[in-house]
Amino acid sequence: MNNQFIKAGLAIVLVAAFFSSCKPKNSGDVVSGDAAQKAYVAPGKYDEFYNFVSGGFSGQVSVYGLPSGRLLRVIPVFSADPQSGYGYNEETKPMLNTSHGFIPWDDQHHTELSQTNGQVDGRWLFANANNTPRIARVDLKTFTTKEIIELPNSAGNHSSPFITENTEYVVAGTRFSVPPDNVNGDVPINTYKENFKGYLSFVKVGKAGEMDIAFQIEAPGVNFDLSHAGKGKSHGWFFFSCYNTEQANTLLEVNASQKDKDFIMAVNWKKAEEYVKAGKAKKVTTKYAHNIYDEKTHTAKSEIRTEVLVLSAKELKDICYMIPCPKSPHGCDVDPTGEYIVGSGKLAALIPVFSFDKMQNAIKNKQFDGEYDGIPVIKYEAALHGEVQKPGLGPLHTEFDGKGNAYTTFFVSSEVVKWDIKSLKVLDRVPTYYSVGHLCIPGGDSRKPFGKYLIAYNKITKDRYLPTGPELAQSAQIFDISGDKMQLILDFPTIGEPHYAQAAPADLIRNNGQLKFYKIEENNHPFVTKGEKESKVVRSGNRVDVYMTSIRSHFAPDNIEGIKVGDEVYFHVTNLEQDWDVPHGFAIKGADNGELLIMPGETSTLKWLPKKVGIVPFYCTDFCSALHQEMQGYVRVSPAGSNVPLTFSLGTNVPATK
Amino acid sequence: MYKLSLFIVAIAMFTSCGKKEKDTEDFSTGSATTEADAGDSSYDPNRGLGKHTSIDLGDKLDVAMAAEGEKIQAVKCSACHKLTDEKLVGPGWKGVTERQKPEWIMNFITNPDPMIDKDPELQAQLEICLVRMPNQSLTDADARNILEYMRQNDGVK
Repeated sequence: MNNQFIKAGLAIVLVAAFFSSCKPKNSGDVVSGDAAQKAYVAPGKYDEFYNFVSGGFSGQVSVYGLPSGRLLRVIPVFSADPQSGYGYNEETKPMLNTSHGFIPWDDQHHTELSQTNGQVDGRWLFANANNTPRIARVDLKTFTTKEIIELPNSAGNHSSPFITENTEYVVAGTRFSVPPDNVNGDVPINTYKENFKGYLSFVKVGKAGEMDIAFQIEAPGVNFDLSHAGKGKSHGWFFFSCYNTEQANTLLEVNASQKDKDFIMAVNWKKAEEYVKAGKAKKVTTKYAHNIYDEKTHTAKSEIRTEVLVLSAKELKDICYMIPCPKSPHGCDVDPTGEYIVGSGKLAALIPVFSFDKMQNAIKNKQFDGEYDGIPVIKYEAALHGEVQKPGLGPLHTEFDGKGNAYTTFFVSSEVVKWDIKSLKVLDRVPTYYSVGHLCIPGGDSRKPFGKYLIAYNKITKDRYLPTGPELAQSAQIFDISGDKMQLILDFPTIGEPHYAQAAPADLIRNNGQLKFYKIEENNHPFVTKGEKESKVVRSGNRVDVYMTSIRSHFAPDNIEGIKVGDEVYFHVTNLEQDWDVPHGFAIKGADNGELLIMPGETSTLKWLPKKVGIVPFYCTDFCSALHQEMQGYVRVSPAGSNVPLTFSLGTNVPATK
Repeated sequence: MYKLSLFIVAIAMFTSCGKKEKDTEDFSTGSATTEADAGDSSYDPNRGLGKHTSIDLGDKLDVAMAAEGEKIQAVKCSACHKLTDEKLVGPGWKGVTERQKPEWIMNFITNPDPMIDKDPELQAQLEICLVRMPNQSLTDADARNILEYMRQNDGVK
């Protein structure tokens, strides 16, 4: 009796101990005590990692610090950016040129850091445009877009911009198969099966990063979704997930979900290279833009190219193989050893893991299950390492920590699940808020993951932040994965819609030779003004070129007269500063484009069409010094045909003209 | 005995879940540093602050150096400094080589920010101009050529 009483009393103590020491894990409160400490980066201190996050429908790439989640920069890539002048100034307009002309927007889904020997090397960041298929290269010394290449014969460049382990190639795919560019595309939509094709592009990356389409592979008309390169032992292969192998062209939601299995297409790109060398590729006429920004002239050039080399997957039997993969696979991820390929069937309740070695044996021993549109289909079991059973609902993407663990996101069950690659056992699971898409572990798709953090990028935030009307921010959530259990330490809102992201140790980027300003001596802009003495205004017909300088805190010249309605005025502003963090802005009343934001030592050009007679002020928009408010000037606009002479000055009043 | 063991378990629960992560985690791999020498009171107002300790000036002007200096001045200096004693954004250059030691000039134009923080004369100047002289990223050779051009401007032949 007495004993019973003691037991009951102790039980209460025990329960109390549980409650007070470990907070209950319900959806509202899973943050444990030291989370703030783990995510806190003191003022003036630097973050441990750079996180390069796709901007989704913003078209840009955002850069956050980890683990603080502080937004460091938004890099303009595929969308015009009035605040920096990207796509508005004359120098960068060619960056957004395509075979369809100037395009001011795109949908940016995935980012990929350049690699050497399968390790992130901190040189460049690649980004894909999904809508009008393109790949961009961002230079991580300047955090600016240096190159954009358009992809012909494609639509919906989703399985991109993934790279091979020495950045030999960056790839692109076709999510929305279409008739290729060189045939008549004016066909009934219901002729999908005969006329539509899925093209994969292999874009060669040169020593200085310059991109060039080496070849394309014509593959069956399906939806190519995501991809990853083989690495280590599987270097030389690329794996693309594909869905809609039903080849539906309407109500895909139902009609592309009929089959039990779709495919992961394995591409032997080394073999493809050999075929190209052997002259097996067809030269196909097409049209695509290739845009390069030159850091010395501060100017981009756009060139339209008219030919690509195309290999046929159907005719060349041994470059492509189909591996059956359950239920519309989305993510297609290769583990750090290169042996395991994880397919994530987004409608499946299991995760198949394929073995590269088994796949190679299956090919050698011809363990095929017929063909799909002329491409050999490997027997599912012959390539399968095993399946992760009951991991969750709606698997999407997998990254790796380099310690033998895989982490997979589940959109439907809104969670991240950690599992052991070899044993396929589930080790841990954490909820996300809500409906996670991609995830990122620093170096998590490379041969040498840096581990430590996992960031989940969520599609829905609902009640997570203060409401802001119908449109809510998307979010990222950071988990500490250094222990056995994943621990949520922070969540933060993001710009656009974050899809895939990559992260690299801060030192790798900040010690890569970061550029602080452009050397004025090396400025080869055709309209540079090296010193105020050279500043001038030149008329040639109705075109007026203003060679202007800016320095704290004035423009030279700052008084211009003799501009006429109907003129086409180009302000070429050179920032003479030679110190870090001293940009000057340039804005003029009534300009129908954007502003200029000119970095130290740079020259930037704003085109202005004066439409009204009068005095028009211009000023510096970036608070540059104590006398920033004085940094302004005037343009006098006279009627068309006026005889007011063209004059310009600084510091002296020009004698009045009659 | 039974009671005691349960009690120990309870204590263990309290302590195990409440364990503190080691707080040695310094996420920062470094923070912004300035070039200024930290808090020394031995500032030499004649020499200024920087690496130039002794500049040998010739008796005569080096015309070639001065000509080089003039070119650099046109790009990097003339927007703010006149050659007369008239103030523009910063003070005019006339007489600067008579007022300041060559080391001071060389240090100031190659290392402006830390020196503005230390030098009493520059502090006083800042109150007048309200604009800190920017670092124009001059090499040592650039700076020496500019100094020669300043001397020419001050009448050295």
